[in-house]
Amino acid sequence: MTKSELIERLSQKQNYLSPKDVEFAVKSLIEEMAQSLAQGGRIEVRGFGSFSLHFRPPRMGRNPKTGDAVPLTGKYVPHFKPGKELRERVMKENC
Amino acid sequence: MGTTLTKADLAEKLFDELGLNKREAKEFVEIFFEEIRQMLEGDQQVKLSGFGNFNLRTKSERPGRNPKTGEEIPICARRVVTFHPGQKLKARVEAYHGPDETE
Repeated sequence: MTKSELIERLSQKQNYLSPKDVEFAVKSLIEEMAQSLAQGGRIEVRGFGSFSLHFRPPRMGRNPKTGDAVPLTGKYVPHFKPGKELRERVMKENC
Repeated sequence: MGTTLTKADLAEKLFDELGLNKREAKEFVEIFFEEIRQMLEGDQQVKLSGFGNFNLRTKSERPGRNPKTGEEIPICARRVVTFHPGQKLKARVEAYHGPDETE
């Protein structure tokens, strides 16, 4: 499912927003979440999961063309941990 | 830094920006995440451009151990959700240089 398919589905599931406003709402939610992470914050959605930042320490990298060592600075990367409900609904254990 | 965004904050945002009433804003946030959960439950990948992709991975059965008793018990084959941030989100997060550099 893509963002536009999500927008279509949500348009059918409620009656207080026009498809155009659903599009605006979905983009606004995604932007709000991205912005929170971009500012070093975290996101916690009960039943869905949490997003946080993980730090990758500085390391020596290599230019794949020349083989030269290049120092790389530390950086943050987004990380998602599925919540209990999502984990259990997706799991489908078989054994 | 250190702030946590919750469903209540997201609903507040919709209330401010779209003029939904509080009940509708809360419900919309709820159905937004529920729709994504349903897709994943139905084994479908979810791609949100500007944010990232939620994928499903099947893990096969592997031997495990009860850490308390040391007893061996198999860990069942199961499906798990993984998240891969998109280029745009990765770049935005990389531009963040840690709690010391606020403002």
